[in-house]
Amino acid sequence: MKKLLTVLLLAPILALANGSELHLDKAPDKSGDQAALQNGAKLFVNYCLNCHSASYMRYNRLQDIGLTDTQIKDNLLFTADKVGEPMRIAMQRADAKIWFGTAPPDLSLIARSRASESGSGADWLYTYLRTFYRDPSRPSGWNNLVFENVGMPHVLWELQGEQIAHFKEVDDGQGGKAKHFEKFEMVKEGSMKPADYDSAVADLVAYLKYMGEPIAGLRKKLGIFVLVGLGLLFALTYALKREYWKDVH
Amino acid sequence: MSAMTNKLQDLLGWVDARFPLTKMYKEHASEYYAPKNFNFWYFFGSLALLVLVNQIVTGIFLTMHFKPDASLNTSGVPVAFASVEYIMRDVPLGWIIRYMHSTGASAFFVVVYLHMFRGLLYGSYRKPRELIWVFGLLIFLCLMAEAFFGYLLPWGQMSFWGAQVIVNLFSAIPFIGPDLSVFIRGDYVVSDATLNRFFAFHVIAIPLVLLGLVVAHLLALHEVGSNNPDGVEIKKHKDANGIPLDGIAFHPYYTVKDIVGVVVFLMVFSIVIFFMPEFGGYFLEYNNFIPADPLKTPSHIAPVWYFTPFYSMLRAVTVNFFWIDAKFWGVVAMGGGVVILGFLPWLDRSPAKSIRYRGPIYKTLLTIWVVAFLILGFLGTKPPSYALFGIIPGDPVAKMFTVYYFVFFITMPWWSKIDKCKPEPDRVT
Repeated sequence: MKKLLTVLLLAPILALANGSELHLDKAPDKSGDQAALQNGAKLFVNYCLNCHSASYMRYNRLQDIGLTDTQIKDNLLFTADKVGEPMRIAMQRADAKIWFGTAPPDLSLIARSRASESGSGADWLYTYLRTFYRDPSRPSGWNNLVFENVGMPHVLWELQGEQIAHFKEVDDGQGGKAKHFEKFEMVKEGSMKPADYDSAVADLVAYLKYMGEPIAGLRKKLGIFVLVGLGLLFALTYALKREYWKDVH
Repeated sequence: MSAMTNKLQDLLGWVDARFPLTKMYKEHASEYYAPKNFNFWYFFGSLALLVLVNQIVTGIFLTMHFKPDASLNTSGVPVAFASVEYIMRDVPLGWIIRYMHSTGASAFFVVVYLHMFRGLLYGSYRKPRELIWVFGLLIFLCLMAEAFFGYLLPWGQMSFWGAQVIVNLFSAIPFIGPDLSVFIRGDYVVSDATLNRFFAFHVIAIPLVLLGLVVAHLLALHEVGSNNPDGVEIKKHKDANGIPLDGIAFHPYYTVKDIVGVVVFLMVFSIVIFFMPEFGGYFLEYNNFIPADPLKTPSHIAPVWYFTPFYSMLRAVTVNFFWIDAKFWGVVAMGGGVVILGFLPWLDRSPAKSIRYRGPIYKTLLTIWVVAFLILGFLGTKPPSYALFGIIPGDPVAKMFTVYYFVFFITMPWWSKIDKCKPEPDRVT
């Protein structure tokens, strides 16, 4: 009986263990690395912040990652006049909808909203940005492994190069055929070596993750102090309780 | 020094002649005698009060910056959603206030579920505490309403579609349903009108009722006195001064003890706030970081974890009765799952109150009931097609446990009577 109950109580945990089919590569953790975050911010502003806005993020918030207002103004301030303004874009959403089929989403929170049981939002983005492949059947000429038939073309193709995907037809177990991804083949070299490209994407993803919750670093640091403080308070209050309860026991 | 004390005494006397301050302090704290054998399970009442205060205080500060407005700002984002991000980024310490509020919502349910389970363990709902239990259940209903209204406010995808699903449930009521759901929304879809009225309910209407009920819950408790893990009445044995022999004054004994509980709770609470505020998507759902989009239905709409046991019951009913659609009976099951708890004081006919002296029938059935409740809760977070361990289809399991959930209560008058109980002690152990 006891064994059965233990099994039943553990069921939710075990049931979670059988994950979904989507396999995500683990994004390297660069959350404390200012050079990586600054490189990520550069890539973001140069490659993403034309179609995608980050309207909850103010330019001067980039002081968090070690940049001064002057550095931001001189190097990154393309879509606004003042450093206190948010990262908006000039493209109208109505136009964007016609051009891409759907308006490109605001990226402020993308690293938080893309999290799932398969992995963190950073893992999703890290995999997504590295698995674009040529697909002539798509209007943009590009397709993606984790986001099938995505409207976005491969914006970083000059860096990564062009790859094609090889699929294997497999039995789907229900009498039909399913496409199963086998491997990528690089057909045109990019300006970066594959390892360098992965590293650059990791920087960009680290930046997107930072932008999703700029206070995350402070939050964790502050948390340690709060817990230490509460630990001390626990010792005090527990001693007080023991003292009073001497009369009862 | 003594002149100062005398002055204070005079002031207190002045107040006492006009307001029962000292009398109330004695009745509810220094001369409220609680059984001396409270265990772990007795921390959650005071913790619920703490979380309530946390929700009210953080809520007040959130309303200073939150804007219940579904129109789009210049960046094409709903104003309500953007105002939450404004709190998270631009308001000094706004993020901590917001996380305290969002984590507090889940913490409230954790604490209240444990508090209610304590009642099941030790028979705290039994005579003469029926009204305490009924008031408590009304508080639980208010809490569910409060959480539901509050969840719409950030105006994310799950806010929007969760509200859409729940309000649509009312349309299942025969004849008046469709009109009723329009009346609740104030529109044909969840919209700005819905957001504004939910805001009004969330920040004032429900909290007012909730506070009134909390006062009633405490007054009723202090009238009859607390139950204890042995389920025996301490008022049966009093000393010459009329003080229960097994009772100790709430203040200072339980105040100093509850403060220890509060500190431990705050440690757990802080771990969530500072290190895992989303709690793996259970406290803040990932999809809710996307602004509400009435044109994009998420593939899987899951309520927040604290509603999922009852959500499972809703989905478990798939048969039409009396020519009325199964959806309506699902709603009945969901509401009934909560309301049936209110009848416990009259369903339970066991000679013993506490599980310590109850027989094997109750112990076994209650254990299965807890498992059923947890599995229903887990399945409620998953799509209906979900299979436990990848092989046991979740849908029939949910149906089976829903039936068990109700059978447990409905048959209780019979099995609780025949259960072989041990004799209750005369005094607390």
